[in-house]
Parts: sequence; C-alpha cells; structure tokens
Amino acid sequence: MSSPEPGLEAMRSLVAFLARSLVDNPDAVEVREVVRDDAVVLELKVDPADVGKVIGRQGRVVRAIRTVARAAGARGGRRVEVDVV
Amino acid sequence: MVRSLEMTGATVEDAVAAALAQLGVSRNDVDVEVLEEPARGLFGLFGQRDARVRVTVRQTRAGFAREFIEEVARCLDLPVSVKVSQQEDGIHLDVTGYNIGLLIGRRGATLNALQYLVNVAANRVSDERKPIIIDVEGYRQRRVQALESLARRAAQRARRTGTRVALEPMTAAERRIVHLAVQRMGGVSSESQGEEPFRRVVIVPHQRPAGPRRTHRARQP
Repeated sequence: MSSPEPGLEAMRSLVAFLARSLVDNPDAVEVREVVRDDAVVLELKVDPADVGKVIGRQGRVVRAIRTVARAAGARGGRRVEVDVV
Repeated sequence: MVRSLEMTGATVEDAVAAALAQLGVSRNDVDVEVLEEPARGLFGLFGQRDARVRVTVRQTRAGFAREFIEEVARCLDLPVSVKVSQQEDGIHLDVTGYNIGLLIGRRGATLNALQYLVNVAANRVSDERKPIIIDVEGYRQRRVQALESLARRAAQRARRTGTRVALEPMTAAERRIVHLAVQRMGGVSSESQGEEPFRRVVIVPHQRPAGPRRTHRARQP
C-alpha cells in the first residue's frame, strides 16, 4: 500500500509500532488508513485477545495513541482518528 | 534489540568475564546460559575442553524506554538524542533535537501521552516499577516554573479577594506541583475538584468574606 503523502506513512508506522509494543501478539497488528478530504481514519486491527490492551481502562490507551498519531498528522492539517476494529 | 554472545574460556567464570568485557555491561545486566561445562581431560592432556557460555544482555527498563522513544522519533522522521538518567523519582529521559516541539504538543499533551504509553509498554517487559519520565527540550522544567508562578499569582488573588480561585484542568503530576507550591505560601490552601481529565486545582483563602461562596477562574499564563 503506497501513501499519497509522507505524513500518512509516518502516522501508520507510528500507530503500528505503538500497538505492537502493547500487545501479546504483535504479528497480528495491522493498520489501515481511510482518507477523506478532511480526516484520516486509522483502523487498528489486533488479535481479538489483545483488544483490551490497546483500548485500556476507560479507553486511556487508545486515547494516548490518538494523541500521538495526531502529532504525526499535524503537519498535514487533517483531523486524525484511530479506531480499533 | 537483544544482544547476545557466545564465548569460551578455561572456566565458566572466565568465559562470562570475557563476554561481559566484550559487551561492555556488568554481570547484573545479563543472563548466562552454560552451553558446555569445561572438562579437564585425562592428566590435563587429553580431552581437555573449554567452557562455552551464552551471555544475553537483559533489556533494562531504561534501555527499553530509550529504544521506544527513538523508534517513535524515527517514525516521525525526527532526529533526536536521548539522555537517560536514573533519579530518585524515576528513570528520566531527556529528549533533544531540532524542531521537535511536535513531541510536546499543546500543553504537553503529546509528551504526556507518550510518557503514559512508554510506561504501559515497559511494564509488560520489566518487573521494575520505576516510573519513566520523559522530557522534551526541557519542557517539564519550564512548565514547573510556569505552574509555580501561576500558583503564586492565583494565591495572591485568592487572598486579596477572599474567594476561591480555580485553575485550568491539569494532569495529576501538574496538580501536585501546584499543591506543593501553595503549601509553601501563607493564608491559602489548595484542593482538587472535578473528574479526570478535567480535574483542577482550587486555591482556597483561609479568610473568607461574608456572603455567598464564589469561585473565580484564573487564566493560564
């Protein structure tokens, strides 16, 4: 999958790295990006047993992942979402 | 990154010492697996065999944290240098580089998120529970000073007006800095109110004028 801009690739590799460092099964981590005009949605897919680990208590972990991903996307000026699917 | 080395020596201890010298680490940082015990051989002549060991450097919490931050920076294509120091309150990582304000974010939001994630991730690989504290370009240091002067001004206002002064929502670590600063001042005390992530410090004057209780909001610097 090729990215139309460098910011997207940075975001994707960053979210994948963060997720892999949090789960028991890093090989199952996949990140897919869905780009719209105004927003980028990063769909994070992990082993079903690891879903809780990337979400965290009261969503704290996924919120932190989103915050960091937004820093990566900030240069593109787009809204960034991270969804666990 | 796991570093590991096979080494031989006349005794197991010799082999381990040689491996440690080559890896540049101390005995406490490694796991040793003895692959072959040394054999002295018949009359010290025949069948003599060296000891063979595998020495593996254990991933330290500090080393893990450093690699984590370096990898994040690599993803973002930011050249950084990371300085690690062990302090009483935790493992400090000071990150410096060119144009890396990106890693701090609005009021440290990105920095705090990264710090949270590195701690969660490190807890999976090490039993050590020392907190990892990340700073980027001295941001936290400056933030402490800003928070202390904010606390001072808010306290003056609380004393002058006799009303409670509520500050902006802050993280627990930032609230702690404010509480400690207020403790050193006279005529006021402080408390936290509200629910995370909107929990905030309120500065309370000891002498309150008569009348209904009012709470002022203070401005961020």
